[in-house]
Amino acid sequence: MKSLSELAAIREQMKDKVAIRTGSGDIRVVVGMATCGISAGARPVLNTFVEEVAAANLTEKVMVTQTGCIGICQYEPVVEIFEDGKEKTTYVKMTPEKVKRVVEEHLKGGKPVSEYLIGNTKL
Amino acid sequence: MVRSHVLICGGTGCTSSGSTALREALAKELEANNLSEEIKIVQTGCFGLCALGPIMIVYPEGTFYSRVATDDIPEIVSEHLLKGRIVDRLVYNKTADVEADSHELHASLSDTDFYKKQKRVALRNCGVINPEKIDEYIAMDGYFALAKVLTEMSREDVVQTLLDSGLRGRGGAGFPTGLKWKFAMGSEGKKYVCCNADEGDPGAFMDRSVLEGDPHAVLEAMAIAGYAIGADQGYIYVRAEYPIAVNRLEIALQQAREYGLLGENILDTGFNFDIQLRLGAGAFVCGEETALMTSIEGKRGEPRPRPPFPAVKGLFERPTILNNVETYANIPQIILNGPAWFASMGTEKSKGTKVFALGGKITNTGLVEVPMGTTLREIVEEIGGGIPNGKKFKAAQTGGPSGGCIPASLIDTPIDYDNLLEIGSMMGSGGLIVMDEDTCMVDLAKFFLEFTVDESCGKCAPCRIGTVRMLEILNRISEGNGEMEDLDKLEELANYIKSASLCGLGQTAPNPVLSTLRYFRDEYEAHIKEKRCPAGVCKKLLSYNIDSDKCKGCTLCARVCPANAISGTVKNPHVIDPEKCLKCGACIEKCKFGAIYKK
Repeated sequence: MKSLSELAAIREQMKDKVAIRTGSGDIRVVVGMATCGISAGARPVLNTFVEEVAAANLTEKVMVTQTGCIGICQYEPVVEIFEDGKEKTTYVKMTPEKVKRVVEEHLKGGKPVSEYLIGNTKL
Repeated sequence: MVRSHVLICGGTGCTSSGSTALREALAKELEANNLSEEIKIVQTGCFGLCALGPIMIVYPEGTFYSRVATDDIPEIVSEHLLKGRIVDRLVYNKTADVEADSHELHASLSDTDFYKKQKRVALRNCGVINPEKIDEYIAMDGYFALAKVLTEMSREDVVQTLLDSGLRGRGGAGFPTGLKWKFAMGSEGKKYVCCNADEGDPGAFMDRSVLEGDPHAVLEAMAIAGYAIGADQGYIYVRAEYPIAVNRLEIALQQAREYGLLGENILDTGFNFDIQLRLGAGAFVCGEETALMTSIEGKRGEPRPRPPFPAVKGLFERPTILNNVETYANIPQIILNGPAWFASMGTEKSKGTKVFALGGKITNTGLVEVPMGTTLREIVEEIGGGIPNGKKFKAAQTGGPSGGCIPASLIDTPIDYDNLLEIGSMMGSGGLIVMDEDTCMVDLAKFFLEFTVDESCGKCAPCRIGTVRMLEILNRISEGNGEMEDLDKLEELANYIKSASLCGLGQTAPNPVLSTLRYFRDEYEAHIKEKRCPAGVCKKLLSYNIDSDKCKGCTLCARVCPANAISGTVKNPHVIDPEKCLKCGACIEKCKFGAIYKK
């Protein structure tokens, strides 16, 4: 038999899982997942974003999704972050490790990680 | 870690258009692409757009795919789920923004004409959660209304909340739900809570969708009712013809019992409540409350006179409340959000929303939920997408065989209980059948009357004999043998049957005839005086002819005629023998020159 507090615990735990269907997605994290992106390692990047966003309890605010090739294949994996009322941020040559910092500092802290930005990356 | 949810409708509509095979194919394809860990398939209840099934929604993007076939699955997986490129050709065209070149600009589902004006209360979880997982219902605040009632509210509070909300029974008559509960609360001793899921109106399927898409909402509301009136046993009377609904209810009951949300000492409050299913065999009369309870008792489903009303003497001769599925589905929301929230929607005397099953000559066949007071025009033209093939709206039938029609002249009537009664129809359970200019109103009245003649239980004479006499008159009229005095006879009989029948079935059976007579008397008169069916439906009054100027003598019609009624030689005009003609219309469909016409 469940008590009221157990019921509340199930609700909390499940809310995150269904938030993907109801979340507002004020912030959209878009990972380039075309052939070029995938071969450069975009899939672990995408999956790390999903995991880290959930771990940071941001599922209701942040939507993690993919897109096709945006034409800068040499910079893949490319991640773009869209926020209401702000300019788009483009991160390039992403790795799962870099993702952790972006979630922590950009999505949570509100400050883009400047050294990963396209303008600051040399090939 | 799951990054995407693919929702596939598992309601009856989409199941019959192949959603089960789709789900299996998707699971296999995800497995093959090593995506099973990242992408979760969720079987849901009905989204409402049944005409476009099978329906699939991909989150987090909210991409709405319609009419998906198993052959489309590899493309969806490799393009969308893997690479994030939305498969444009499968996107429901109302959500696809043709102007935009970016995939990100697909409009969300809630912005389409179909959903924009809808307000989902009873259907809030349908198409959102997996109905076979109690945890998903709990995530949507499920069972918290029951918890609130048990821990914070007295029985009187619960009944008062319902009274204040203005909720009226969604099964047809619109009796205030709180009042029903109040009567039952005042009685002593053993009591019962029943749920009427014997949805019998032709074309109505909103209760089925709630049971299939959100069964726990009904269980929760019934437990709330049990607490309010002091009952520890509930029964759901559901049609055996709803196998998916029955299956999901059984799963839901089992899960609720495992969690201790049904059974003894619920949430450690000392409250006991459990529910049993009873399967009906599909008799229409068993949707009538006294017949339904007689059937639950294991007897032949026949009504009995009221009073005594069920709240005084119902199931097993004990005080009983009986509410409809959709009524129950509203109740947890009223408890959680408060009566003022519910009463803020709707019209002065009809609060909240109503689910309609849109059917007939309409583009978006399916389920819609709108605030009470929405006009028929908004439902038909905006949400329903209008009449297909450029035809004109003629009328809409609400309330099924107990209701009546709303003619085009009244299309701006705000729909609520009282307005519908005033114009000679009724809310009924919410079937809304749209008719265009090709529908014959005499034929329509005949259709519904044939239904009630079949379904009359035979217990009382006015219904058993009277409806058959009415049907005989209608048959005469549609065959061209009617006389003007038949119309008076129809009205006279109808009024006798309405006032003298034992139960709701007989008391409302004449409504389709009365309302078509009221608004379309000229069509009846055309059948009688001119022996003509203006809509070209009543076969006995039609004759098929060939225009000899247009006929090229291709012989196609003669070859497709199943009765060999068409004769003629090659390159010469053909003729139809009216004696042999079956009026099946096969020749009209085949003629390339438009030379065949009916009149």
